[in-house]
Amino acid sequence: MRLEPIANPSTLRRLGLPALALAATMAVATLLALVAGADPFATLGQIATGALGSRLAVLETLNRATPLIFTGLAVAVAFRAKLWNIGAEAQLYAGAIAAVLLGTGELGSPWVLPVSALAAMLAGALILLGPVLLKTRLGVDEVVTTLLLNFIMLLFVSYLLEGPLKDPMGMGWPKSPALIPEARLPRIVEGLRLHWGFALALIAAVLVWIIQTRTTLGFEIRAVGQNPAAARFAGIPVNRVLLKTALLSGGLAALAGWSEVAGLKGHLSQDLSPGFGYTGIIVAMLALLHPLGVVISALFVAGIFVGSDAMSRTAGVPTYIADMLLATALLFMVLAILLTKMRVVRG
Amino acid sequence: MTQAQAKAEVVLRLDLITKSFGPLRANDAISLTLRRGEVVALLGENGAGKTTLMNILFGHYVADSGEVDVFGQPLPPGQPRAALKAGVGMVHQHFTLAGNLTVLDNITLGTESLWSRGRGRAVARAKVEALARDFGLVVDPMAKVSRLTVGERQRVEILKALYRDAKILILDEPTAVLTPQEAEALFATLRKATALGLSVIFISHKLHEVMAIADRCLVLRHGRVVGEVDTHATDKARLAALMVGGELTLPKAEAKVAGPMLMELQSVSTPDRGPAPGLKAVSLALRAGQITGLAGVSGNGQAALADLMSGLAQPASGTLALNGAPVTQWSPRTAVAQGIGRIPEDRHHTGSIADFDLTENAVLEGYRSRFSKAGWMNWPAARAFAEGIIATYDVRCPGPATRIRLLSGGNMQKLILGRALAPGPQIILANQPVRGLDIGAIAYVQSQLIAARDRGAAILLISEDLDEIMGLSDVLHVMSQGRLSPAFPRGSMSAPEIGLWMAGQGFTEGRHAA
Repeated sequence: MRLEPIANPSTLRRLGLPALALAATMAVATLLALVAGADPFATLGQIATGALGSRLAVLETLNRATPLIFTGLAVAVAFRAKLWNIGAEAQLYAGAIAAVLLGTGELGSPWVLPVSALAAMLAGALILLGPVLLKTRLGVDEVVTTLLLNFIMLLFVSYLLEGPLKDPMGMGWPKSPALIPEARLPRIVEGLRLHWGFALALIAAVLVWIIQTRTTLGFEIRAVGQNPAAARFAGIPVNRVLLKTALLSGGLAALAGWSEVAGLKGHLSQDLSPGFGYTGIIVAMLALLHPLGVVISALFVAGIFVGSDAMSRTAGVPTYIADMLLATALLFMVLAILLTKMRVVRG
Repeated sequence: MTQAQAKAEVVLRLDLITKSFGPLRANDAISLTLRRGEVVALLGENGAGKTTLMNILFGHYVADSGEVDVFGQPLPPGQPRAALKAGVGMVHQHFTLAGNLTVLDNITLGTESLWSRGRGRAVARAKVEALARDFGLVVDPMAKVSRLTVGERQRVEILKALYRDAKILILDEPTAVLTPQEAEALFATLRKATALGLSVIFISHKLHEVMAIADRCLVLRHGRVVGEVDTHATDKARLAALMVGGELTLPKAEAKVAGPMLMELQSVSTPDRGPAPGLKAVSLALRAGQITGLAGVSGNGQAALADLMSGLAQPASGTLALNGAPVTQWSPRTAVAQGIGRIPEDRHHTGSIADFDLTENAVLEGYRSRFSKAGWMNWPAARAFAEGIIATYDVRCPGPATRIRLLSGGNMQKLILGRALAPGPQIILANQPVRGLDIGAIAYVQSQLIAARDRGAAILLISEDLDEIMGLSDVLHVMSQGRLSPAFPRGSMSAPEIGLWMAGQGFTEGRHAA
């Protein structure tokens, strides 16, 4: 058996295969529920209700989607240039630290939000700067460096929370002091638990889309990602483009941490991110690296997480089902994408 | 065909072979008969179906219909081992040798049983030496393959087939990598082989070689046999006409008076890259209104010179001057900005981005200076530019939004040509501009280069095809191991003389000292 490229995939193939992937994911979910000893249809129903069944549930899903949109965009931007940034988790925490450092002090109140947002983006960009310089100057594999930086960053956060950033009023818990009210992102509608971070994430997605399709930088990023040799020959400064891509990617990932601290939690703790940086990779891949698709896939992934939490409380199926569902969804989707471009031929 | 050959036993018969790839009919009812001691040439342009036919014979593809008989026995389809066993040996265009093993090991690899290693070695060596002697394939059996020249490697490939008792040898474009002298040696070997009763299928698109070595010639066009001729009863012009389906007109390049020096290299050296040599104190002048040809066997520093000229490499020593002024900053972008039009050697890998559409590929070099403002792309202007190239350079395509990977090699090359020539560059680098193209596209690309020369551009033409170089160049240089020969004016050198320089002899003997 081998794969043969298809020159012009049919519409049926391009839409049918992803639908088939979704159906296959559901089939696996059914099996998982059966293994856990629950009624599979009730389980799936409860996941759906838990994610979308009430106004509270919807708002929770939107809140959960916010950091995923940012990290998903960060990964999508980098992967488009074939810059394998696996370190969105570290960049996220860099943004969170910036939010705390600038948000708990005495900074002039009207400026504190934009200034801390910019500082967060700068911090995230700086985190990715090292791995990219190592890649372009010495050829060090950025997968390894960005991945390992995640652990270094987590330990650094742990040190901060036990040391210099520890809240003296925290009754011994490793968490930072709370942000001053001026440094918090306001809610979109008073009384509803949805903050402006979500709106900013949507704006970021549109901006990234405009950058990719309308600007010279976007053209350069796509060219470098598709064929660096041809890009270099044509006069595109490949290393400089990779550097700009990294700054953009790191900045976007950092906004995830910044908006979680400034919008949702109000302080920094070690459990700020349940792996938003890594899940961002799934979000970006499911969206085929399209910035507007990232919004949709982030909502989908957030819905699965929120729904599974609710379901496990009522049906007693462990929440791990969410991780397994996402993993299978990703695998099936990657397969579907491959099979839209290739067909299997015998011999 | 002589009386003896007409009576000789038929060793191979292909009967009405048909093979389709999707809508494309690569082979359409092709029949071929090969007799003992005969050389049959398969002649055709790229994409005519020569390689597909041989892959079917060798079991890499299964034909949709048709039969293959070897020595009267039907060959089971799709089994390369069966073809080997029946006595069919193939020498591919790209060699399949392990560089870190000796010649002997490469030849015996896969033939000896797993348990008897070492015992049969002396016997194997004696057999290889006997074969080498009989067929005039001079090569040291104990030498490492990585140290051999390309010509020697080809001999090892042929020995490999002979060692497996091949009675039918298939050679796929065997002379593409050889100097004229090496090609002559190969022909001598083939004559010895046929005298000893072997039969040869010789795949080529070079007419003079087919005339020199083949007894019969099968001409393929678009997957069909359009002619089967006795080479003793035909001439090159008739073969060419059969091949392209019309009388062939090569572009006429008449000499013009050369203008001022537009680009000059003074004693430029660049570092070696792996086995490929860098430039060794190369001095070269490109003049306005002149095509400067660069001949040489591939891998002798042409890539280093092309990289230097296209901005990818900087001189390690020596100076590069444009219009008399030495350049200080040198990159692909500055090269384009200085008015150098560049046609790269590999249109798939460096010349274009496969999944970009024609518009995006057309503006790859000029997007920043001509098709954007303050960082914003001007896509309407870009599309208009692409449409202009498509119309002017006759790029056959559904439209500017087509991904370039869907275009044929010729149309892809026309777009790259248009991209390089549209701004009216004064200096042009054309690196293997017609390689792999069909004759129609070749004539078009060459006529465009001549037109650019006639309006006063200085052109460096790099090619491994001596006919092309000698036909188009006003002056030519030969490159060997990174060294550049002196300039030879048009018509001052014969092909064999150039061949000696290609083999590095002119340099070592110090003839024609610069």
